[in-house]
Amino acid sequence: MNKLIDWYKEGTPFLWVCAAAIALSVILVLGIVGFIGYQSLSHFWPSNTHLITLQNESGQKSKIVAEYYQSKNKVSPAGKYKDILLKTGNRDIFGLDFRWVKDSSITASELADKYITFERREWGNLYGIATKIVETSSDTELPGDLWGNLQDKITETSQIHHQIEKIQNIEIGAINYEMEQIRLHKRSLELRDELTEMAIAEAKLEVEQLDLQYNELNNKLTKLSDDLNKYSLYVDVFSDNGSKTIKIKVSSIVRAYTPNNIGTFEKISIYIDRIDEYIFDSPREANTEGGVFPAIFGTVLMVFIMTIFVTPFGILAAIYLREYSKQNVFTRIIRISVVNLAGVPSVVYGVFGLGFFVYILGGEIDALFYPEALPSPTFGTPGILWASITLALLTLPVVIVSTEEGLARIPRAFKEGSLALGATKSETLWKVIIPISTPALITGMILAIARAAGEVAPLMLVGVVKLAPSLPLDGNFPYLHMDRKFMHLGFHIYDVGFQSPNVEAARPLVFATAFLLIAIIIFLNLFAFSLRNRLREKYKSIAG
Amino acid sequence: MSDVNTANAETQSEQDIVIKTSLASDKMDAINELADETIAFTADKLNLFYGDSQALNDIDIQIPEKKVTAFIGPSGCGKSTLLRCFNRMNDLIDDVTIKGDIKLYGQDIYERNVDVAALRRKVGMVFQKPNPFPKTIYENVAYGLRIQGIKSKRVIDEIVEKSLKGAALWDEVKDRLNQSALGLSGGQQQRLVIARAIAIQPSVLLLDEPASALDPISTLKIEELINDLKNEFTIVIVTHNMQQAARVSDYTAFMYMGDIIEFTDTKTIFTTPKNQQTEDYITGRYG
Repeated sequence: MNKLIDWYKEGTPFLWVCAAAIALSVILVLGIVGFIGYQSLSHFWPSNTHLITLQNESGQKSKIVAEYYQSKNKVSPAGKYKDILLKTGNRDIFGLDFRWVKDSSITASELADKYITFERREWGNLYGIATKIVETSSDTELPGDLWGNLQDKITETSQIHHQIEKIQNIEIGAINYEMEQIRLHKRSLELRDELTEMAIAEAKLEVEQLDLQYNELNNKLTKLSDDLNKYSLYVDVFSDNGSKTIKIKVSSIVRAYTPNNIGTFEKISIYIDRIDEYIFDSPREANTEGGVFPAIFGTVLMVFIMTIFVTPFGILAAIYLREYSKQNVFTRIIRISVVNLAGVPSVVYGVFGLGFFVYILGGEIDALFYPEALPSPTFGTPGILWASITLALLTLPVVIVSTEEGLARIPRAFKEGSLALGATKSETLWKVIIPISTPALITGMILAIARAAGEVAPLMLVGVVKLAPSLPLDGNFPYLHMDRKFMHLGFHIYDVGFQSPNVEAARPLVFATAFLLIAIIIFLNLFAFSLRNRLREKYKSIAG
Repeated sequence: MSDVNTANAETQSEQDIVIKTSLASDKMDAINELADETIAFTADKLNLFYGDSQALNDIDIQIPEKKVTAFIGPSGCGKSTLLRCFNRMNDLIDDVTIKGDIKLYGQDIYERNVDVAALRRKVGMVFQKPNPFPKTIYENVAYGLRIQGIKSKRVIDEIVEKSLKGAALWDEVKDRLNQSALGLSGGQQQRLVIARAIAIQPSVLLLDEPASALDPISTLKIEELINDLKNEFTIVIVTHNMQQAARVSDYTAFMYMGDIIEFTDTKTIFTTPKNQQTEDYITGRYG
């Protein structure tokens, strides 16, 4: 008994409790990241397809090619069984990509030899055997090796797709943008009663020129889409009533591979290709396919703009509170209010942002600076500027509190030393105190970034959309379009996970997007950490 | 119990009266001693309050030019507070009220239109704990010069070298001027701070217990340095090490409870103090 008391007094149990707490936290973090990472990264691995024979209750047999996707243990009065989710693809034939079957109804299952997985731009995956590749117009088969021809044509049409996208989004986008500018210019002259005959003629001339360019591009586009439809492919597939041959356009195929007949190395290359597509391409099919590049871009850009707004503001406020204001009841009230602001639910900030920034401030800006565009709003509508400012407001308390703490930690001696050398208060601040407290300032910035990057609720009100037609940053002057709406990974998770018509297909993408969001936050934090460590090295004897 | 306390309090106040009456004559002596000197600082009826509590009572003192004047006294007697009045460092503390005036060569430094930064350039200060900035050794010394707007690298180089030599630090750091000042030892840091202070060529140096955080060898170096510096600067030093005051100073003021009890040349105060309290303190009977 005494031993037990001694053991307790030594503090060993306390040490164990502490260790357990830290172990639990580490396990939780690793568990979250590991789970989401596994779920998302395995999605991109090219799965094998199986030739499955199904028997329904009346004893009828049917064949199907599918990927095993998921299984669930179920219990019924008849006993335990498994429900198996098959990814059958071929949505244009079956109407659905997925099918739940009981394990007892599967009578035979083998690897589907020679079956090709076609990833398509529309209608999801197609599983089938290619029989011949033809010229669409004449239906004549192309000479030579089918597989080789197919891969060549897929590459060719992908390039054409890219060209078309480039023309549509960048070149025609630029022309539209210029047209709009001319219209707005004309309208603004009209509003100021300065619209002369000459100006009208000038505008007309410019529009004509742009029209000319547009027609040229349009012709190019028509030609390219003709090229796109040049080749077709005959594919044998299973349908509900036996085998069937369908004809698809080669241009509709993103990627074709035979998962059961290729080695690990080729699978890895497909895997990398799919991840690459996910990160760097735009979404397709109501966000359930393609990539999330616009969302990544929107998230990062929004965080950057937010940081640019919040950092100087927060730091200046903290400097005033710590260095200039007298420490009295009034400053204490300010401090308490700042800390309490951090506890306000984020959606409240969203509501405030919408009501104040978007409608009032944005409306005023439109009335003052963009009257020519009215009644369609420029800044009087949710956009990346308002989203950034709303989040800046949300993260302001974090920056103020951590900066103030950093300033408070700086020994008085430095300040006195500088003042005793005849430096003024502001010289002391800028040349001694701020350089020393830079690590603390960056800590505030890190906390703000971490908070902002993960925030979704307020953004839904002030600028995030499920599909933005164009990025907020492009090649048209002034390059950064602060009035545009943008996509965000956090909102993308919500949208894909809860608003998608194709739930099963969307689920792995939810994980993938979540993983990407975590990765981006970690990346942003690591960047800020390394910056801070480098500065801390410089002032190493002072706690930062 | 309460009777004893009252009795104690009475003796205390009697003692106070004795001190107060003896003060006037002591001050006369001090002024006579200083007759041959040029006077840098003159404090006249200086009173200082922290909030409601008074820290300095009617201080009258004259600081002679290019001599070392030491303030000694027990902790909390107001010697640092008095020192910090000479370059208005007390302005930094909220809630401080100062009455009376201090003149530097006849110019009242507490007048409203005085440029405090300019005053502090004339009256440099070194603190108890070495406080070099977390910059390089070179930049520490150059700091005050850059503040003054001196840009020429050649001029700054020259002054940095001269100041470091003046602070007897040059030989130790000349090969690592671009390393962090925080890598120096405590004694070196304190001499660097002195170099930093003399780089802007002040006329007065205020030293607030400059050696109290240092080991004996560093202390010795600082004391030697003070001896060298007094040819060029008026030095006021606060210390509670009496031997140090005896070694380095020309004049010594003994302070107690916000009053200057005795102020005269160092030799006299340490050999034949006029005041009983001074003697008690110097001989170690209290304090």
